[in-house]
Amino acid sequence: MSQDSVRVEKAALHTATPQSSLAAVMGSGVGRNLGLVVALIVLCVVGVATAGDNFASVDNLLTILRLASVIGVVSIGMTFVITAGHIDLSVGAIAALASVWCTTLATQTMAEDIHWIVMVGTALLVGVACGLVNGLLVAYGGIVSFIATLAMLASARGLAEIIADRRTQIVKVDGFADFFRADLIGIPMLVWMFALVSVIGWVLLNRTTFGRRTVAVGGNPEAARLAGINVRRHTVMIFGLVGLCCGIAAVMITARTTTGSSTHGTLWELDAIAAVVIGGTLLSGGRGTIVGTVLGVLIFTTLSNVFVQNDLSSSAQAVAKGLIIVVAVLLQQRLAGRSSHTT
Amino acid sequence: MTDRPLLRMSGIVKEFPGVRALGGVDLDVRAGEVHCLLGQNGAGKSTLIKVLAGAHQPDEGTIVWDGEEISLGSPMAAIKAGIATIYQELDLVPHLSVAENVFLGHELSRGGLTQRQRTNNIVRDLLARLGHAEISPNRLVGDLSPAGQQVVSMARALSHDTRLLVLDEPSAVLDQGEVDNLFRVIRGLTAEGVAIVYISHRLEEIRAIGDRITVLKDGVTVATGLPVEETPTSRLIQLMTGRSIEYVFPERSAEQRDRGAPVLEVRGLAHAGVFRDVDLTVHAGEIVGLAGLVGAGRSEILETVYGARRASAGTVAVDGKPLRRGSVDRAVRAGIGLAPEERKSQGLLLDEAVFKNVTVSSMSRFARFGFLDRGAEQREAEALTTSLDVRPTGVTRAVRTLSGGNQQKIVLARWLMRECRVLLLDEPTRGVDVGARSEIYQLVRSLADRGVAVVVVSSEIEEVLGLADRVLVVREGAVVHESAATAIDEATVLDLVMEGKVPA
Repeated sequence: MSQDSVRVEKAALHTATPQSSLAAVMGSGVGRNLGLVVALIVLCVVGVATAGDNFASVDNLLTILRLASVIGVVSIGMTFVITAGHIDLSVGAIAALASVWCTTLATQTMAEDIHWIVMVGTALLVGVACGLVNGLLVAYGGIVSFIATLAMLASARGLAEIIADRRTQIVKVDGFADFFRADLIGIPMLVWMFALVSVIGWVLLNRTTFGRRTVAVGGNPEAARLAGINVRRHTVMIFGLVGLCCGIAAVMITARTTTGSSTHGTLWELDAIAAVVIGGTLLSGGRGTIVGTVLGVLIFTTLSNVFVQNDLSSSAQAVAKGLIIVVAVLLQQRLAGRSSHTT
Repeated sequence: MTDRPLLRMSGIVKEFPGVRALGGVDLDVRAGEVHCLLGQNGAGKSTLIKVLAGAHQPDEGTIVWDGEEISLGSPMAAIKAGIATIYQELDLVPHLSVAENVFLGHELSRGGLTQRQRTNNIVRDLLARLGHAEISPNRLVGDLSPAGQQVVSMARALSHDTRLLVLDEPSAVLDQGEVDNLFRVIRGLTAEGVAIVYISHRLEEIRAIGDRITVLKDGVTVATGLPVEETPTSRLIQLMTGRSIEYVFPERSAEQRDRGAPVLEVRGLAHAGVFRDVDLTVHAGEIVGLAGLVGAGRSEILETVYGARRASAGTVAVDGKPLRRGSVDRAVRAGIGLAPEERKSQGLLLDEAVFKNVTVSSMSRFARFGFLDRGAEQREAEALTTSLDVRPTGVTRAVRTLSGGNQQKIVLARWLMRECRVLLLDEPTRGVDVGARSEIYQLVRSLADRGVAVVVVSSEIEEVLGLADRVLVVREGAVVHESAATAIDEATVLDLVMEGKVPA
């Protein structure tokens, strides 16, 4: 033992000495986020350089934030699923279904009679219910999450189309639209909601038993199970949580557009996964970062804004997005590989 | 055997960021010999064979192969030179057939089409040469036993023109009969002039099969070319550890004193097709050992008691209260803890901090309304790991950075933290080096002395007899014998596990 521990200690001393290289810093969690911040600043500099005041105005900044907030809330939920070693392809479809359901004639009539909160409650309930179905299929049905949520993607959007009869449903409940479209201390309500969800998400992931279990389940499900964690129940809860996030996002998109539509949320799953992954959450599970996800969302939204300000096509935007994902993941792999090399 | 070296590695140095894995290793291997590589975990054996396999490039040193200096720039280069390596974790593709695995990467083909018939014939010959003609080339590798898969790996090595075969702990997954067969195969190969580099922790195997020994310690060769027959075991252990004894078992607590009420009671437990009718009673402070061959059902019994497998019949009760079948979290709540056989894949969150691994099963203790008190977690984990002498200290380091013995202590600390009543240990010293073993034994005994009921499963009969108070011998899914550990000797247990009866 003593011999062995001396060896390990020697090794530890080696690793503890400052490597003074960029790799060491970048390999750590803080360093990764720092890299994302730098990327974001670079984007902003490019924005100012090419679009000048059009980009740097307060109005434009708030526009970026407002756009980021809806997909941001979804991405926070996605961070949890991915950290737990799963994937959820149905987020956009669930949001569409929730937005349609909370704007049906029946719901809106009831909301006018009682309170607009009924619409919010409906959206959240639909979101959570869909999430729980996903979770039950994955945890107890033994269907891999990719397939289970793919099925949900198809059927939730289909159901949304049936309910809405493929028509756009206008929000007539004034209280609802007024509340969520209002500003609070000069900042849009949607942005506040995103901030709140992010903070709660961070605390949940980093400071609670729920978050610890999520990381454990994603890092090594078998070890988590044998340590006494109820992996199945936890998986169901995680998908329920994503569903809740989709419900919130549905409320936000419904308020922002004052419509409920089965076309809301198209391709959100890809945007959310992209933001989560460039944020530094491991796609294989076991490591998640809320701060990274928030930065990832901001990077993508700012990027589109810079493109729009410069009158560039959305196709060029898509190409740039793809490049960023590849470069970000390549960089992360290099750094992770260098910092965790052992015998 | 000739005296001219087939392979001569000298002054091999390999550094990883922050770690000097090899600090000057010499190794020479002759054609037709079995050269054993000995060393504790972390001595550099794995790194050395990866250099030999072309998977790592050395920073310094030379490799002379068949009289010429060569560089092994890639695994393919090593294979082309005639060096094949069979790793502990077999690198086979489970959903491909035996033949497809053997020729993976160098498929026989004509005009882009694989030649199935010719491939199968060659593979059939290779398997026959290895003494396993009964394995069909068309079977899926995933359906084979670990021993069968190992044979496929060896066939793959021989499908190249291999002159040096590296075997990394080949016996770890084998039972005694399979080990005998492995030795037969090895002898056949050496007779054809193939050199073998054989890595094993089991000294008796080295005695049985080895010709010469090289000992590594802390990344350096401390002795090379020792003749097996003339080197006493004590000398080898001294070279590996710097000390001269292997390991000692702790004193048993006071003579079979009248123990209190039983803590763990298992009645008629069965798992269809694996084991049946298992009765097991463990009292507070008692260590019960389960001896038996790999595959006899020992691990399955533990996992079923723990609820990780669903029993088909029988009951498990802790302190008189029956448990629900097939529910791990109920078992944990009732006070059972398991240190699983595959520590890395089943027991630990390797990339997580030590303290998180220690508290993972008792998180509710540190949580208020779901919020974790990380300060308290770290303090208590610190106190516990210090008392267990986990080294290096520091509860925020990743568990991956600890040695096998210290990782096992982390698993035990988890259940200590939980204050469990019953502790199930599956192969508690697998992958734990010789020096750390006695520490683990000491720890298990002290847990029992604190009133924990312990069940130990081990393939090493010596370990079961040395550690346990009472021994149950398991053979083909049934308990065939039960007695006090002091009332039975190793040879008798061996007879029981092989034959199922005590010799006349």
